[in-house]
Amino acid sequence: MFTIRGAAALGAAVLALSTATAFAQSASQERQEIKKYQRMTAENSPVDLWVLEGEDLWKKKRGPNDVSLERCDLGMGPGVTKGAYAHLPRYFKDTDRVQDLESRLVTCMTTLQGFTEKQATKRVFGNADKPSDMEYLAAYVASRSRGIRMQVSTKNPKEKASYELGRALFHYRAGTWDFSCASCHGTPGKRIRMQSLPVLSSKKGASGTYTTWPGYRVSNSQLKTMQWRINDCFRQQRFPEPNYGSDATVALTMYMAVNANGAIYRGPGTKR
Amino acid sequence: MNRKSIRLALGGVAAALFAAQLVHADPTPLQVREVLHRDFHARGQADMSRVDQDDVQWLCTVTHNHPSDKKAQELEAEQLAMIKYPADGKYIGNWKRGEKLASTGKGMTWKDKPGGTHGGGCYNCHQLAPAQLSYGTIGPSLAHYAQKRGSGVDAQKYVYAKLYDSKAFKLCSEMPRFGTSGSLSEQDIKDLVAYLLDPTSPVNK
Repeated sequence: MFTIRGAAALGAAVLALSTATAFAQSASQERQEIKKYQRMTAENSPVDLWVLEGEDLWKKKRGPNDVSLERCDLGMGPGVTKGAYAHLPRYFKDTDRVQDLESRLVTCMTTLQGFTEKQATKRVFGNADKPSDMEYLAAYVASRSRGIRMQVSTKNPKEKASYELGRALFHYRAGTWDFSCASCHGTPGKRIRMQSLPVLSSKKGASGTYTTWPGYRVSNSQLKTMQWRINDCFRQQRFPEPNYGSDATVALTMYMAVNANGAIYRGPGTKR
Repeated sequence: MNRKSIRLALGGVAAALFAAQLVHADPTPLQVREVLHRDFHARGQADMSRVDQDDVQWLCTVTHNHPSDKKAQELEAEQLAMIKYPADGKYIGNWKRGEKLASTGKGMTWKDKPGGTHGGGCYNCHQLAPAQLSYGTIGPSLAHYAQKRGSGVDAQKYVYAKLYDSKAFKLCSEMPRFGTSGSLSEQDIKDLVAYLLDPTSPVNK
């Protein structure tokens, strides 16, 4: 943990420095500074510590059944992690639903390891002092798709329905402040404060963003999963809270993942 | 029976038809609403009624923010009629307090305590005081707003109303309806009017 926090502090210092200097410079210099900052944060990123911890957890015998997750079927066959994340979400026959990585991990933790669903989802979002098991596992499985092209299927009718539900959810305006996902992620060239906003309905925006999640966030020294990202967007939309791994959250993940199809998965990434 | 409940009644029929359909089309807002009620839960002050759309949200969803002029004008007029102007006839408050409200985007989420720190989050989307470099670009720049739009009573009343209910002026605006939604008080809105229009405010420096 000491190493993780040390690296995080360094990243935060680089962030503060590069942001401050960027203000004083021209747009092109600013872009260069940002690129430099992104390179530096990536080089100093502690993401691999999450990946290693996740691999240990994947192989560790746990739960009432005292078995590892090494027989978990993420869609490529039992135990196959290579390339699995680049093909998720997908339809699973045993559960008869479309699942993303995190909801599928819950399935494996309940069916293989014998945890109850309540136990498996008790602490899905961690904090800087104590990351969650799910964050470690997601980082590990996602890392096993590095360099692989996103290839998420919509051939199964349930996959197609999930994508279409995701698109409809993306544009659904509601909540106290009338926001949809598209309010922030529907128009090119926009930002909130200094933070650029990807257009997640476009191939370009989805490709750049989806392929770098899960992501390590320098600003709060935590590795965050896609389920967390969606959860916190809805919080800021002033919506009620989505159930972890629910069809609605999987559908939004499906929408972004399919929009990113063809792009090379590069995560887990490093964020501001 | 108002329009919202008629839509809800028709929604049941639509959902049944949807389930029987073999060819997929994007779910309607009512079908999305059903999903949200199934897959979300209330937390803190964010209760489940928040996922139910009113007429404005519904129309802007189904038209992807491009309603017909006729329909937009009709609903804009309804929104305009909902604005409650200050009883004392004064639209302008304290810009210093307004600056605080413009700088924070807190409030109304499931983590926020009702009545706790809150604001309009103006800087998230707008440039305001030219000296503040950290601003968003979802909305237009409002720097030097008083110089551009004047600061007389008409301008004050317009800004008050726009903050109270942005949808009265542009139906599918991405800006929240701070008054209509109960997010900002009358005094909060007056203070934000001052931040935008007071000649001594940093916005106009």
